[in-house]
Amino acid sequence: MSTVTHTPGGLAGPDQAPPPAPRAAVGGGAGARFFNGFSHLFLAVWAVMVVYPLLWVVMSALKTDSEVIRKPLSLIPERLQWDNFARAWTEGQIGSFFVNTVLVLTGSVFLTMLLGSMAAYVLARYDFPGNRFIYYMFLSGLTLPIYLAAVPLFKGVYNMGVTLPFLGPNKHLMLILVYVAWSLAFTVFFMHSFFRTLPTAIAEAGMVDGASHSRLFFSVMLPMAKPGLISIGIFNVLGQWNQWYLPTLLMQSVAGEPKNQVISQGLIELSVNQGYRSDWSGLFAGVTMAMLPVLIVYIVFQRQVQSGLTAGVSK
Amino acid sequence: MRHGVARFVTGFLALPVGLYLFYVVWPFLQAAGYSLTDWGGYSDRQQFVGLENYVRLFSDELIRKAFWHNVFFLITVPLFTIALALFLAFLLNVGGRGDKAGIRGVFGSGLYKVIFFFPQVLSLVVIAVMWQQIYRADGQGLINGVLMKIGLISEDDPITFMYDPEPFLGVPAVLWWLLLIAVWSGAGFYMVLFSAAMQSIPKDIFEAAILDGAGRVHTFFRITLPLLRDTVSVAWVYLGFIALDMFALVYIMTPSQGGPNHASEIFASVIHFNAFQKGQFGYACAIAVALAIFTILLAALQLRITRRERIEY
Repeated sequence: MSTVTHTPGGLAGPDQAPPPAPRAAVGGGAGARFFNGFSHLFLAVWAVMVVYPLLWVVMSALKTDSEVIRKPLSLIPERLQWDNFARAWTEGQIGSFFVNTVLVLTGSVFLTMLLGSMAAYVLARYDFPGNRFIYYMFLSGLTLPIYLAAVPLFKGVYNMGVTLPFLGPNKHLMLILVYVAWSLAFTVFFMHSFFRTLPTAIAEAGMVDGASHSRLFFSVMLPMAKPGLISIGIFNVLGQWNQWYLPTLLMQSVAGEPKNQVISQGLIELSVNQGYRSDWSGLFAGVTMAMLPVLIVYIVFQRQVQSGLTAGVSK
Repeated sequence: MRHGVARFVTGFLALPVGLYLFYVVWPFLQAAGYSLTDWGGYSDRQQFVGLENYVRLFSDELIRKAFWHNVFFLITVPLFTIALALFLAFLLNVGGRGDKAGIRGVFGSGLYKVIFFFPQVLSLVVIAVMWQQIYRADGQGLINGVLMKIGLISEDDPITFMYDPEPFLGVPAVLWWLLLIAVWSGAGFYMVLFSAAMQSIPKDIFEAAILDGAGRVHTFFRITLPLLRDTVSVAWVYLGFIALDMFALVYIMTPSQGGPNHASEIFASVIHFNAFQKGQFGYACAIAVALAIFTILLAALQLRITRRERIEY
């Protein structure tokens, strides 16, 4: 879309400071020093505004309930209360929600990537009647609000469950398929533009060597599309990990059924429950457990994550 | 050979297209159909009522509220997020000391970028639950606690945040507090985006400007900003979608999901309210279709406004 797009998954080299660097005409001097000081001050203030709430949540998760009430602001707990985490994990059921989320995501991200790139590849590289139509059908899914489909989707899944119970409400497989379907629009859109940019010569050489169409895709084109796959993969992992509306709609367990909820629902439940159970430290522990894994993964892979997500926008 | 291609294309498309049709397209089409009925959602009884739902929509006080609240977010979320993100990117990239090599980015800009990006990887639910605690209406909340400690507000008169329907500048206070969260969580991401775009502007353009005697601020407004136009307008479109989707915050944080006293209703919460609490599926679908038309018109309008000839470099 924009001319300033960098290649998806790129930005591998150090992209620190080197800013637009004009000559020293305005360098030095009191004005510049003031400006530099001001920059640091403002940037530091914003950094504190981002980090402080997160730190506060983590630290509150290590306090006792009475400490949360007596000294809500302190960042240093009197004694570290690790059992808050244990309580949230078992009683708050964050543990089982966590397992559910991982189970669902493993299936849904894999399928999203596989089916998304298959469709995108065919649409980008093969000419057949209806090609444009299918492409625009996927594209239109990007603009329509999910709430429009909520009611019929709920009904459809419910009806499906009557004939095929494993695809009904509150089932992992159903949620996987729904996630895949709702992630396809962007995945196809993104990978479509990516497959377009790949050179045709290699594919032609493969054809001459007698590779079949599907072999060409899996052993030549897909490996070549790796940078794009990483970008869209990060995007999908985060997007599906963050899903809350679809699970809230489709994963309500009726009494007696096993609870198959995902972590976002677990958090919502904790935050609703705290109203009358007032387990503050347990709530903070739950939020911490939902937050830290993603933050840690991000800090380790920050370059890939940043470029992956921004490539998603600037495409 | 031709035959092989057809089989291959069908084989590759069947599953994704099938899933997409069943779980995405079909519900959308059904929604359009239900919007013409008086279906309650639980019974099998439904009657065709034509455009009645749509007529009713225009005199619905709740929808009028939701519409203006959505418009509020549509203007303020992109405006404040982009302004802040641009400002941060500007400080980050030209805030450093100038020396012989020219103006530098500030020291530690890599670290700042990592930190500012944090909220982007947190889920909306985490953000909402966290801010619920920050916004608590007593001394236990982070903001009230700090303000009480330094004596800016008294303990009997805390800021009520999510429970405050009083208008500020004509807009209920609760919406301003929600806006703050949206800007907090979005600014870092767009800062990284703008920062990358700024760095891809060729240096000789800046050198020429400096030779002509332009200062930092001047350079920013006359050169950097115009060259970022493409990126900024893409950001605007994306933030527009985010502004239409403030439902997670409203659903989790506000009293009775759109309160207090409907002061924070948005389209999505009105749809949810009508469909799942009042049991008026047909009517809820009509609202949803209206929202979809509104979204598409808006997207078209934005594309129209932001389309412009590109500067290639």
